[in-house]
Amino acid sequence: MKRKVSPAWSLGGKQKVAVIVVAVLAGFGLGFEVAHLFGGSIAYWGVVSGPFLLTLRVALPATLLAGVAGIASGYVLAKGRFPGRNLLETVGSLPIILPPTVIGYYLLEALSPGTPVGGFVTRVVGHELVYNVTGCIICSTVAAYPFCLRAARASIEGVDPRIEQAARTMGLPSWRVALVVTLPLARRGIAAGLTIGCARALGEYGATLMVGGDINGKTRTLSLAILDSFTTPERNAMLLILVLMGITAMTGVGLLGRTRT
Amino acid sequence: MTAALEVAVARRIGEFDLDVAFTVESGIAVLFGPSGAGKSLTLSLIAGLIRPDTGTVLINGRTVTDCARRIHVSTQDRRIGMVFQDGVLLPHRSVLDNVALAVRQGGGRRERRAIARSWLERVGAEGLADRRPGSLSGGQRQRAALARGLAGEPALVLLDEPLSALDSAVRAELRQLIREVIVSSGVPAVLVTHDAEEAEEIGDEIIVYDDGRVVGRRSVERPTPPRTRGNAPPESGVSP
Repeated sequence: MKRKVSPAWSLGGKQKVAVIVVAVLAGFGLGFEVAHLFGGSIAYWGVVSGPFLLTLRVALPATLLAGVAGIASGYVLAKGRFPGRNLLETVGSLPIILPPTVIGYYLLEALSPGTPVGGFVTRVVGHELVYNVTGCIICSTVAAYPFCLRAARASIEGVDPRIEQAARTMGLPSWRVALVVTLPLARRGIAAGLTIGCARALGEYGATLMVGGDINGKTRTLSLAILDSFTTPERNAMLLILVLMGITAMTGVGLLGRTRT
Repeated sequence: MTAALEVAVARRIGEFDLDVAFTVESGIAVLFGPSGAGKSLTLSLIAGLIRPDTGTVLINGRTVTDCARRIHVSTQDRRIGMVFQDGVLLPHRSVLDNVALAVRQGGGRRERRAIARSWLERVGAEGLADRRPGSLSGGQRQRAALARGLAGEPALVLLDEPLSALDSAVRAELRQLIREVIVSSGVPAVLVTHDAEEAEEIGDEIIVYDDGRVVGRRSVERPTPPRTRGNAPPESGVSP
């Protein structure tokens, strides 16, 4: 019997990354071109490119950090047998339900050099963590983390424990069972969590405004720039870029999340 | 001579109470009895997938479980091979990968894959190497699972109703294969079944279970010794 294989699965790891990059850039290019057509010959590039590139510079590392932390803590919560597991997940999920301004307030308390905790953290890290890109990345990471955590925990718990038991009878130590069996089998759920986390990081607004400060050319991401340019024609380009970038990125990631059929 | 397996365990799960003790010197021992008698639970206790409430398990003279001394060697360090009822192959890896991952012998990836291929040949599954488990028939899956169970040179192979999900024609074919391959490899084995014909055809001795207890034990009479290759154990090594 001939198997049907999703085209995306025949790609190598680097090619998959290339698909996502091309999808994001295609969205950007498409949005820019469409906005250009409708907006006439206004030179959007200088206005739009800065916030766009900054958004990528913030969202990509934030997704990576939130993904690693979410998968690791999701694995511990799924496999660990200790009291308070659900409480930990609830605490980790707070950024989903709390208003972004509350998250921003607590992050300012934790990161500002003027506060006791923030002063200590700043001394330990060696440089300031507010009103710069690092602060924006922290905000987006905190916003994306709960989605990665919850999706990772649910999908890891959904892996058939008999397959993991079989792997142990094959002599594989626990860490190899996790890497060779559990995480690959949970990949669809993990990919879904990363997708939503990435989307959340791309669109982070409230906490980024408070911690980053909306400094033009330094911490003004696309979401912040849209509000700042709301009465100018550039907003159309920015809105279109965000919408089309979202569609193409989600399509690209959705393709990669498909399993063999 | 050190026994291949010494089991004396008790475990209570809800209303069910398992309390068994037996020794397997060598060859293939069959745990035979009705469903719910505690046969598969015993295999899980031997494999270390479940801990007993009390008791000991020794594999080749090595204590892998001793509740009184708080010894519980993890499953991956017991040097066992296991064949499950429906194979339980890793669904996202090829058949060859499934077998190669179980190869414990040293050497690089190429060497482990070569060993895995030789085991697939021994069970008549060489043509399945690149297939995914999801595309295999039940019989093919169990052949691959048998190769995987033996590929790591285990001290003991555990087979948990490996044929119960197959139709009768495939079952008859695989009974013969299982016995031939295990005997020729010289690895002692414990097989669980509730099929009397299967127990007689595969086993060297039959340990009868009922309601969590061993209620009988007998050797299987074979008119002529089976063909053996390599370091096959003598048939007379079976304990009474």
